[in-house]
Amino acid sequence: MMNNASVPDGGAPAAAVRVRGLGVVRGGREVLHGIDVDVPERQVVGLLGPSGSGKTTLMRAIVGVQDRVTGELTVLGEPAGSPGLRHRVGYVTQDASVYKDLTVTQNLGYFARLAGVPASATREAVAKAVATVDLGGHERQRVGTLSGGELSRVSLAAALVGEPELLVLDEPTVGLDPVLRRDLWDTFRRLAAGGRTLLVSSHVMDEATRCDRLLLLREGALVADTTPDELMRTTGAPDPERAFLALVERASAGEVQPR
Amino acid sequence: MNLTWTTAARVLAQLRFDRRTIVLILVLPCLLLGLIAWMFRGTPVLDQFGPMLVGLFPLIVMFLVTSVATLRERQSGTLERLMTTPLGKGDFVAGYAIAFATLALVQALVVVGFATAVGMDVAGPMWLVIVVALLDAVLGSCLGLAASALARTEFQAVQMMPAIIFPQLITCGLIMPRDQMPELLEWLSRVFPLTYAVEAMQDLAAGAEWVDVRGAVAVIIMFIVGAVVLGVSTLRRRTP
Repeated sequence: MMNNASVPDGGAPAAAVRVRGLGVVRGGREVLHGIDVDVPERQVVGLLGPSGSGKTTLMRAIVGVQDRVTGELTVLGEPAGSPGLRHRVGYVTQDASVYKDLTVTQNLGYFARLAGVPASATREAVAKAVATVDLGGHERQRVGTLSGGELSRVSLAAALVGEPELLVLDEPTVGLDPVLRRDLWDTFRRLAAGGRTLLVSSHVMDEATRCDRLLLLREGALVADTTPDELMRTTGAPDPERAFLALVERASAGEVQPR
Repeated sequence: MNLTWTTAARVLAQLRFDRRTIVLILVLPCLLLGLIAWMFRGTPVLDQFGPMLVGLFPLIVMFLVTSVATLRERQSGTLERLMTTPLGKGDFVAGYAIAFATLALVQALVVVGFATAVGMDVAGPMWLVIVVALLDAVLGSCLGLAASALARTEFQAVQMMPAIIFPQLITCGLIMPRDQMPELLEWLSRVFPLTYAVEAMQDLAAGAEWVDVRGAVAVIIMFIVGAVVLGVSTLRRRTP
């Protein structure tokens, strides 16, 4: 790590995503407010919080498809949504967003070409992405005939195939069985070890232990920006689930006090 | 430009899997033309109205197919994902337009071929009938692309067809010669693209040559370009 160019003198890794004073208005309501966050490079950062806490909105803002965003939002050194970022950032939406009437190979081939993979290298890139998400044997199958778990892995592979520097994954493990979930988290760890940065949202708190850092959102505000160890230590809770609950309760108590 | 062709190829690959749609697109207009040919057998009605129908069917079918296809892309989340990739908005719209134009070309050839087989006799050059039919189909898919931006649900998307196509059908001169219409409607018909499509076909049926219809063809092409520009400008990378 010492000779890594991306690590400044302080020892803290550079931020792949830098968020300052971020606010988002949706449907006349402020769904995110005053968010300050750094997503360090080459780490797996978990974005946790209950349903409706603003996880997806924050992710959409980072990949540049969210309207009405205020504040400062820098991704890989450029303002979020810059054209130059579009082949450096991979986004996987919550519902599998691939073409169900095409085969796995056709889907991945299309997204590879969009990400700038040259025609000659597409086959290789597709094979690699298929292997990463463990879909070997399904290459020629139409995506609509796959199981739910396989479908979400095709969606993930469609983001991986362009080998982006930053991967933004919205609940990639939802609906998957425990074995697959463990395998996917192993994949995320491997990708981070290979130099990628991952921002992964989840509402399964147990997945928090597989992250380098944790961001806890609640009602559009950041409740905690911490590490799994620190979260457990400061709350004294026996598991991440209860640690999160403790934090949420502490935050609600803090809200009530000034009144 | 490269991504335009990649997108067109992807849309065509999707269509190839949907055999029933392809069969409907190719067979349905022939079936309807066949009905009319049968109904008016022994009269010159098919020679008079055949070319117009050959132009109208592709326009309507392509309008529906394209507006539903793009709406599906919006709703499935794939459009949102595409908007995070280097794919340009123009690439997306042009990719769809090229893919459906390819299908439209096949449709125009099949429908004109069938109409000729059941006895349609056009006084003007047949290749021009095919060109105008193809342009009509492309116009239909480009209008469909633009209209899909206005629709939030499938129900609305299907309603866009009567909303956008029917007023044009009523005023294009098919129901009543345009010079007999109330002045305001006649004036209105001049700003609708379908008027020029029908006019070109009517002229071709009556024996017009390229020099006679090139003005109408130019207007149709202008509307195609306009619809593509509208389709691109209504596409948003950032959505609420």
